[in-house]
Amino acid sequence: MTRPLADELTRTRLEDGAESDPFAHDAKRGKIAKPKRKRTVTDEKILEVQDLHVTFRTYGGTVQAVRGVTFDLFKGETLAIVGESGCGKSVTSNAIMGLIQQPPGKITSKGVRFKSKDLTKLSKKEMRKIQGVDISMIFQDPMTALNPTLTIGEQLTEGVKQHKNLSGAEAKKRAVEMLDLVGIPNPEERLKQYPHQFSGGMRQRIVIAIALICEPELLIADEPTTALDVTIQAQILDLFEEIQAKTGVSIILITHDLGVVAKIADRIAVMYAGKVVETGTKREIFYTANHPYTRGLLNSVPRLDLKEEELVPIDGTPPDLFSPPAGCPFAPRCPFAMEVCARVYPEPTHLSATQKVDCWLQDERAKKLIQDGAFAH
Amino acid sequence: MGRYIIKRFLMMLMTIFIIATLTFFLMHAVPGSPLETERTTNEAIQANLEKFYKLDQPLYVQYFDYMKSLATFDFGPSIKDPNRTVNELLERGFPISFELGIITIIIAVLSGVLLGILAALRHNKLLDYGAMAFAVIGISIPNFVMATLLIQQLAVTWNIFPPATWKSPMHMVLPVLALATGPMAIIARLTRSSMLEVLTQDYIKMARAKGIKPVRIVFRHALRNAMMPVVTIMGTLLAGILTGTFVIEKIFAIPGMGKYFVDSINNRDYPVIMGTTVFYSAFLIFMLFLVDIVYGILDPRIKLHKKEGDV
Repeated sequence: MTRPLADELTRTRLEDGAESDPFAHDAKRGKIAKPKRKRTVTDEKILEVQDLHVTFRTYGGTVQAVRGVTFDLFKGETLAIVGESGCGKSVTSNAIMGLIQQPPGKITSKGVRFKSKDLTKLSKKEMRKIQGVDISMIFQDPMTALNPTLTIGEQLTEGVKQHKNLSGAEAKKRAVEMLDLVGIPNPEERLKQYPHQFSGGMRQRIVIAIALICEPELLIADEPTTALDVTIQAQILDLFEEIQAKTGVSIILITHDLGVVAKIADRIAVMYAGKVVETGTKREIFYTANHPYTRGLLNSVPRLDLKEEELVPIDGTPPDLFSPPAGCPFAPRCPFAMEVCARVYPEPTHLSATQKVDCWLQDERAKKLIQDGAFAH
Repeated sequence: MGRYIIKRFLMMLMTIFIIATLTFFLMHAVPGSPLETERTTNEAIQANLEKFYKLDQPLYVQYFDYMKSLATFDFGPSIKDPNRTVNELLERGFPISFELGIITIIIAVLSGVLLGILAALRHNKLLDYGAMAFAVIGISIPNFVMATLLIQQLAVTWNIFPPATWKSPMHMVLPVLALATGPMAIIARLTRSSMLEVLTQDYIKMARAKGIKPVRIVFRHALRNAMMPVVTIMGTLLAGILTGTFVIEKIFAIPGMGKYFVDSINNRDYPVIMGTTVFYSAFLIFMLFLVDIVYGILDPRIKLHKKEGDV
């Protein structure tokens, strides 16, 4: 992905809720005032993932969970990785985070560079100096992500104590600051309590505080709102935006919830069967998506502005990743599939400086179909 | 907490009272008497002896008399060994039995937990298979067979350890080993399986994502959660070790309480049966109480007492 224009390279965005995203208004409900805030996305690449493959050896055979994922992440940016269950989005994030057990897992790539350091080449010990310090992770279910037998104070401070060599008192002070930042009242007293004494939303705030305590530059959030109810979801997403404005942290957001994506993502990568099939800015994906799968995803989300329209599900199921197809994995479910689709995987087509799609429909020999209006929406 | 302890203490007293009552009547229901011997005794002497030990009185009178003295911790004299009171026997035997039991528990828990952790961390590798094979053998061999095997190999054939009695640390090795193998194997298997389960939990993944050192993840994050099932079966294991001491003490000629307990039953030595049974039960009940306390310490979600406002 390239961004050639200088004025696009460093852009300052003013979000004031006036954006006309089709999903924005439903994500905004339940919230009274949205504070104006500035976020800065720079041209500095913080993470470059090139041709990442992850396979797992199992008794049933080898699963190719991730099959050549390539994307970049810029400093201060929020990239959403979207896709249905089993498409490899969590495996991708775990691979970046160094959480894939090898064996049974196996990672190959042309590089997963975090600030020019190849994460796949680091030893476990070197990786531990990055985990939780430079790159942090937020897990899906706050009910299970916290250790039930340790106080949240200990779970908050153990990271800074180990990585930054802070004394107990300093670490505690830092923990109180973090709980304050994520909006937990009475942080001093709360430090002594155990996870079961907190509600789900509070626990997710604590998980976020733990992830942020060492001031990471990259935050990987693996479905951070999936386990929460809708009002708490909105609060947590607001918190993400607030934290990003304050700290300038880059965020990779793994989700299958397009409402969440519409709210906080800058760019979107759509994954299907272990591959990124389309990437683009939020606007490009929501308005000019070109991959039939992306369109299918968008059509299967309820929209408030089109009340009469029925939801259109995508027929069929994702391919078996024990023996993935040679061609486009979406071909069997794709209403526009051509003969070539099932045989050869398409080369990426760059539709704009930021939008890229892997689809044979972009080939000049296939253009007639699109002009016929079959793909219009 | 205080209220909980008082409640538990009263329940413990109740349990001991029931055990004492049951033992008393069961013991008298068994044919024979402490005064019966192979030699025929003069009937007058027999009657005198019965009168002396109040065995001629109705059973309920004997029962109330016994309960009264039990309440003052007076277990009475031994009938077979008139020079000693049951209290003296307990005072002499208990420290030795206690030593044997406690060392066994410590060895069994420490080595069992360690073996379980190692097996879990090396899941499906040689160490795991080795440890579990060892554990199956340990569970399958009864402690008295184990004791005989150990004496034969380590004491008789190789002459490394003394075969019997209880004098020096060297003397303790074989009886403790014989008694600890079974519980250790059970603890090892349990620790392994619960450790394997805990290691797949999200909070362990999160600790790894935080870059926490593996040693700390295992001992601080995983072990405490993995110990819950182990603590749960500790009660059963304690009872097993306690009864195991009877046999082991007999085999290794250890002058502990177990010897008196077994002998007293053979001899129908009523006061000694009562004394040792009540004492053993009280001890076991107390240990179970400790296990419950440990449970509450390990898992903050388990509350032993209810505070106002708690959900």
